[in-house]
Amino acid sequence: MGSGYEASVGMEVHVELATKTKMFCRCPTGFGGEPNTRVCPVCLGHPGTLPVPNREAVEMVVKTALALNCQVPTDSVFHRKNYFYPDLPKGYQVSQYGETNPIGYHGWLEIRPKGREPKRVKIRRVHLEEDTGKLIHTAEGGSGVDYNRAGVPLMEIVTDFPPDITDPEEAKEYLVQLRLLLLYLGVTDGKMEEGSLRCEPNISVRPLGAATYGTKTELKNLNSFKSVQLGIEYEVGRQIQALERGEAVLQETRGWNESTLISYPMRTKETESDYRYFACPDLAPMRFTAETVERVREDLPESPRARFDRYRRDLGLSDYDAGVLTSEIEWAEFFESALGQGVDPKLLCNWLTGDTARMLNESGLAIRDSQLTPSHLADLVRMIESGEINSKVAKEVLEEAFKSGAMPSETVRSQGLAQISDDGFIVEEVARVIAENPGPSEQFRSGKEQVIGFLVGQVMKATQGRANPAKVQEEMRRQLG
Amino acid sequence: MTGWTARETAAALRRREVSAVEVAEFFLDRIQRLDLQIGAFLAVSREWALQQAELAQKTIDDGSAGPLSGIPVALKDNLTTREIPTTCGSRILEGHRPVYDAHVVERLAQAGAVILGKTNLDEFAMGGSTESSAYGVTRNPWDTDRSPGGSSGGSAAAVAAGFCPVALGSDTGGSVRQPAALCGVVGFKPTYGRVSRRGLVAFASSLDQVGMFGRTVEDAAFLAEAVSGHDPGDSTSIPFEPVSLEPVPLKGVRLGFPKQLRDSAIDPDVARVVDAALASLRKEGASVVEIDLPSIELGVSTYYVIAPAEASSNLARYDGIRFGPRVDGDGHVGTVASTRGKLFGHEVKMRMILGTYVLSAGYYDAYYHRALQVRGMMAAEFEKVFQEVDWVVSPTSPRTAFRLGEFADDPLALKAMDLCTVPANLGGFPSLSLPCGASDGLPVGLLLTGPAMSDGRLLGTAHSIESALGPFPAPDLG
Repeated sequence: MGSGYEASVGMEVHVELATKTKMFCRCPTGFGGEPNTRVCPVCLGHPGTLPVPNREAVEMVVKTALALNCQVPTDSVFHRKNYFYPDLPKGYQVSQYGETNPIGYHGWLEIRPKGREPKRVKIRRVHLEEDTGKLIHTAEGGSGVDYNRAGVPLMEIVTDFPPDITDPEEAKEYLVQLRLLLLYLGVTDGKMEEGSLRCEPNISVRPLGAATYGTKTELKNLNSFKSVQLGIEYEVGRQIQALERGEAVLQETRGWNESTLISYPMRTKETESDYRYFACPDLAPMRFTAETVERVREDLPESPRARFDRYRRDLGLSDYDAGVLTSEIEWAEFFESALGQGVDPKLLCNWLTGDTARMLNESGLAIRDSQLTPSHLADLVRMIESGEINSKVAKEVLEEAFKSGAMPSETVRSQGLAQISDDGFIVEEVARVIAENPGPSEQFRSGKEQVIGFLVGQVMKATQGRANPAKVQEEMRRQLG
Repeated sequence: MTGWTARETAAALRRREVSAVEVAEFFLDRIQRLDLQIGAFLAVSREWALQQAELAQKTIDDGSAGPLSGIPVALKDNLTTREIPTTCGSRILEGHRPVYDAHVVERLAQAGAVILGKTNLDEFAMGGSTESSAYGVTRNPWDTDRSPGGSSGGSAAAVAAGFCPVALGSDTGGSVRQPAALCGVVGFKPTYGRVSRRGLVAFASSLDQVGMFGRTVEDAAFLAEAVSGHDPGDSTSIPFEPVSLEPVPLKGVRLGFPKQLRDSAIDPDVARVVDAALASLRKEGASVVEIDLPSIELGVSTYYVIAPAEASSNLARYDGIRFGPRVDGDGHVGTVASTRGKLFGHEVKMRMILGTYVLSAGYYDAYYHRALQVRGMMAAEFEKVFQEVDWVVSPTSPRTAFRLGEFADDPLALKAMDLCTVPANLGGFPSLSLPCGASDGLPVGLLLTGPAMSDGRLLGTAHSIESALGPFPAPDLG
């Protein structure tokens, strides 16, 4: 901060779970579509309807809780959070209340902001609830409600108090790491722009060394990592300025305007709302035995951090390469899948982070939208490893695979691009080049080492790059020696 | 035909002595002729009833008939039906046509029953007199100046008046058993979870249970068997087979009478009728002992914390936005406020305010949490008593049918009358009321409550008691 103030940031993250159906009915989940087309009497809260919990959603939250080092209670109940709002069909939201009742509580996530020591951010709770519908304001000035989203399983992850996060950079890093972990777990699509991952930080500042925390504001409408960082930066600055001017910070919810890059007041929170939580009598308590929890723990996929360590330790990849291959879920999955086909990790890494990344970059495509599959890369690397093709040919067939989706080995076969390692042929070609280039040959014999490159190059040119360059050089030296 | 039980009607239908359409027409005509003086039904669908009857007759003719094929049934108007509006006796659901049938309605259709119509109830089943219905009162067929009890007063009166042999109601604190007692019919509330609540419009979800009315225990059992059993669509439904009557001889049956009900507000005439009935059961070899259930005196106050708390949340969905009528107001808040303010009745509003209060921060611990503790304590006390006796017995209602309007100025006195019935709801126990005599020409009900899942034996015991006490007459309506 540098201004004699310290910020404290609590993070409340809502995650729409990637289940096929809603939390308490079997309507399909999904984004967009015609309003009120994915609804039924249950998610519309019609009289007499009853909820039936989605087992898959519960399992996803248990997975997340364990991956976030949380405790999982033996009994966990759903509560009703009672309030009126048009987007809330039943007049209450089924959620989870209590300190040690949520499916996960008292955990932590390690973050490593660039150039800083790793830090553990304590997690207070990971709980399961249902999403609300959406208000739609029409061009004619009317309002409507779309209940397609109502009842979609929603996981809430809240950091502990007092907050461990003390600046915008850490807040962003927390969100980046959390999202990556959730993607590894496969529990969400994590699309912030579609609202499947929503972050509502609460922010306060206080003079350095002050014993008590300042008044906090909650920030909404943050639709990207960048917004999260900028929004918190703005809010911290705004609060410091207010304190400097001798003004009080109001306890309020503020919205972030992405185009003007400022926050604006949405509503003040003078008193805590009374949601009259009580255990939902329509739902039996969830019971998690020690065996169930252990089984889920054993089945947890590798975390991004564990995979990073493994790539460095077992595959001998550099920090940089390991970082690139683990920090984006698409790359991580692509690399793992190709690696699983039994090819050399370093070569694979080089071809993936080198030429493949360049081509994707130039075309502006994401790896999952391109024609390349892990099998293409594995096929390519296998041919390089065995000496079947050299790197020049490899580049060509990779380009071809990228353009047409052709399998590299198929391209090599159909276009006759396989490297020539046939001794007889190489002997003949070398002899021909020496005969056709008497000058350079003589120079080499008289000790001008570097001329060898030109002579080998002539062979490669004549064979359209298919001759094995190592073999050509070896033969060249033999014949000239 | 009014004298026929559902079982006798079923037998007559199988023997082709009568057709399903004739049976349906008989009861429809009787309702048309006599329900003006009773007001049991809110809606009768003659056309739909005859369609169902024709279908039932086909299945009888081709040998594919279900157990209830051709048997007329009435439904309390808080069970959802696609064919007939479901109003819950409230203006806020006036004309509401559900888009799905309640689980019990699906089951009745599978069993071949013929649904005649929907019966009156206290608004959202809140009350014990059927007087809080927004659509008029129901009168007791034994004395039309008196209430049939409630909240399932319409279904109780319909069975007593011979408008249908059997009917479904719902019982949250005694709403099947108390009107059954006051109308001189059998009312059965199964163990919580043995009948699906899907499509039973919620009042207090942890207490609500669909219940059955019949003129005999066998008929109530007949209906229970058809509609009970596991429903994966209700998370509180127990994965068990349907309820069925298990014969239990009276000899050796141990009945326990709570001493806390001895010197309480039981009307002396009612107490005398019940005592006489118990004396005749002793002669049949049953034993009657006094038992100690101290928490029974806390039942009503516990009930009137928990039930309104759940109701305040369950009824929050009636905002005029997605279904039902709407009364426009200023903005969203204004519209919700005027819809709810204008269309909910007094009793419902009072309970929602009470429920909101007991769940509020600062009062939760003193009221709601405390009530949950008492509820647990009470259930434990009953379970302990069930080690010593087979059934807890008492009068169903401390009084016989009261005059319409009698409690208009004293709603608490009416609530206090739930004394004997609420423990079964708080504990989830099966409980049954059967006529055991009369006082001044008005029926008196005997209540039996047993441990969870004892439904089959409870019905069997009640059947033996009914045989021992002899048949109970029907009122004469002409």
